[in-house]
Amino acid sequence: MVLVYIDHQDNQIKKSTLEAISYGAAVAAQLGTEVHGLLLGTVTEDISTLGQYNLKNIYQISDASLSNFDAQVFVKTIAAAATKVGATTLVFSHNQTGKALSAGVSALLKAGLVTGAIALPNTSAGFVVKKSVFSGKAFANVSITTAVKIIAISPNSYKVVGGAATTATTTPLEITVTPGQVKITALNKTSGEISLTEADIVVSGGRGLKGPENWGILLDLAKELGAATACSRPVGDAHWRPHHEHVGQTGVQVAPNLYIAIGISGAIQHLAGVNRSKTIVVINKDPEAPFFKAADYGIVGDAFEVVPKLTEAIKKMKASA
Amino acid sequence: MKILVCISKTPDTTAKIAFTDGAKKFDEAGVQWIINPYDEWYALVRAIELKEKDPSVIIHLLTVGLADAEPIIRKALALGGDEAIRVNADSSDSYYVAAQIAAVANTEKYDLIFTGKETIDYNGASVGGMLAAILDTPYLSLVTSYSIEGNTSTITREIEGGEEVLTVNSTVVVSCQKGVAEQRIPNMRGIMAARTKPLKVLEPSTADTLTSIESFELPAPKAGVKLVSADNVEELVKLLHEEAKAI
Ligand SMILES: Cc1cc2nc3c(=O)[nH]c(=O)nc-3n(C[C@H](O)[C@H](O)[C@H](O)COP(=O)(O)OP(=O)(O)OC[C@H]3O[C@@H](n4cnc5c(N)ncnc54)[C@H](O)[C@@H]3O)c2cc1C
Repeated sequence: MVLVYIDHQDNQIKKSTLEAISYGAAVAAQLGTEVHGLLLGTVTEDISTLGQYNLKNIYQISDASLSNFDAQVFVKTIAAAATKVGATTLVFSHNQTGKALSAGVSALLKAGLVTGAIALPNTSAGFVVKKSVFSGKAFANVSITTAVKIIAISPNSYKVVGGAATTATTTPLEITVTPGQVKITALNKTSGEISLTEADIVVSGGRGLKGPENWGILLDLAKELGAATACSRPVGDAHWRPHHEHVGQTGVQVAPNLYIAIGISGAIQHLAGVNRSKTIVVINKDPEAPFFKAADYGIVGDAFEVVPKLTEAIKKMKASA
Repeated sequence: MKILVCISKTPDTTAKIAFTDGAKKFDEAGVQWIINPYDEWYALVRAIELKEKDPSVIIHLLTVGLADAEPIIRKALALGGDEAIRVNADSSDSYYVAAQIAAVANTEKYDLIFTGKETIDYNGASVGGMLAAILDTPYLSLVTSYSIEGNTSTITREIEGGEEVLTVNSTVVVSCQKGVAEQRIPNMRGIMAARTKPLKVLEPSTADTLTSIESFELPAPKAGVKLVSADNVEELVKLLHEEAKAI
């Protein structure tokens, strides 16, 4: 059985989880087995609709002590549940929650783990999973050599496959949950922001924008596109933008459908974190900027002129669509 | 308080990524090695700051690696830390590495264990989580700030769309990223002092490996950029809409 961890936040199932379910369903089909979900805690959303992603059933552990996230507690609970239901392959999203959980579960079950997976496993000989390495500069094919396998699929790497005319059943699962030691004292939500790692479109700015006061043109473009915003490292270091927007080899790695780089030179460390984006657009006034070599489309020009015009043109296109 | 900082050796960020041996091995020819930036800039520097505030703090640095990892651990000692441990083993499987660190932690009894959020070569983001699970301690991933008062650690960690602040009174494993500290440059005094700091070499304990790398691949090169005139942004919008189907 393939067991997919159903991550949720604010009573919602995230897009990265739908990707993980779709991926899990495909793995199950490939292995000729069933796919089930594992939900810790409760959500108000109607989870039976997850059947449209070919999920058969969801095991739910609704112990009260699971209402606050504690990796230690969750890891033990997931490992116990996986053993109890007889899961042979576990799937997580390699999102923030997955990064807190998949490794611990791997250690407890002694089940080989591949994080940052970007494709379905190759099961023609053994069980080999392709993952991104060197921060996106290369890929590795990693063989899992244990009976139970764990895959953490990179966000935005596997398309959500929905539309099946089925509903998922829910099966309560009794697992003894050991209380944790971590106390959550505050939750700071960056409200209204689109999550960088899940975003379809990312609009990113570099030192070429000269200062934080100039970010308005970028934010307007992002808003028009429904995009998340990002920045280069020096921009984060100078506190022009918050730390969590810094993308690249030493920041967040993203792989959106569309990445628009504005006033970013395209240093190797920056490219490392963004070059898995499907389409890259570069706007830079220097025709020699290295980023053009990694781009699909480019405009050589002054961002302060080009970006507002681009926002207008997109507005127009949408209005006429 | 006794802190362990886990240190990993990675190729420099500008290193040419190439493979040898039928694409089975990373080509190390001409590669400069550095301390994994997350381990150095955030984990190690934060540990040093804690010791600067409270000189009774003891910092151990640990790497799992063969003899070629020694220059890196010396470099880390030049930034700070009291002594270093190298577990003499290959470090290609995360679980094996975590098991080695756990074995040391079980004898040394650390109050706090720092790792980087991931290494910039294999991007596993796994050793910290595995280590915490083996030791049965709380694990705080993607941490952006860490402080301690008495026995209570206060930690901020990244979650989807925001941050969570929490407290914990026990030994913890913390995976550090940007925000935890600011990068430092080692000074001459540190470099001199590092030469005389103890570096202990331990033989590995028995542990399983759960994965192995079969081969590497490089991404397919881009077809080349299509340039659009700055006076014709409508053309770019059209291409993005009709050709790339990106908007
Ligand atoms: C170990 C290490 C790790 C690193 N990790 C990262 C990382 O994770 N992420 C990262 O981003 N960087 C990283 N860096 C830094 C990286 O090397 C570059 O210094 C950085 O990416 C440059 O940022 P930038 O492109 O914003 O600035 P610059 O390189 O200064 O480029 C600014 C660009 O803006 C253009 N420009 C200027 N004015 C305009 C205008 N009016 N209109 C249009 N274009 C304009 C310029 O032509 C130039 O190309 C790392 C470096 C090291 C050593």
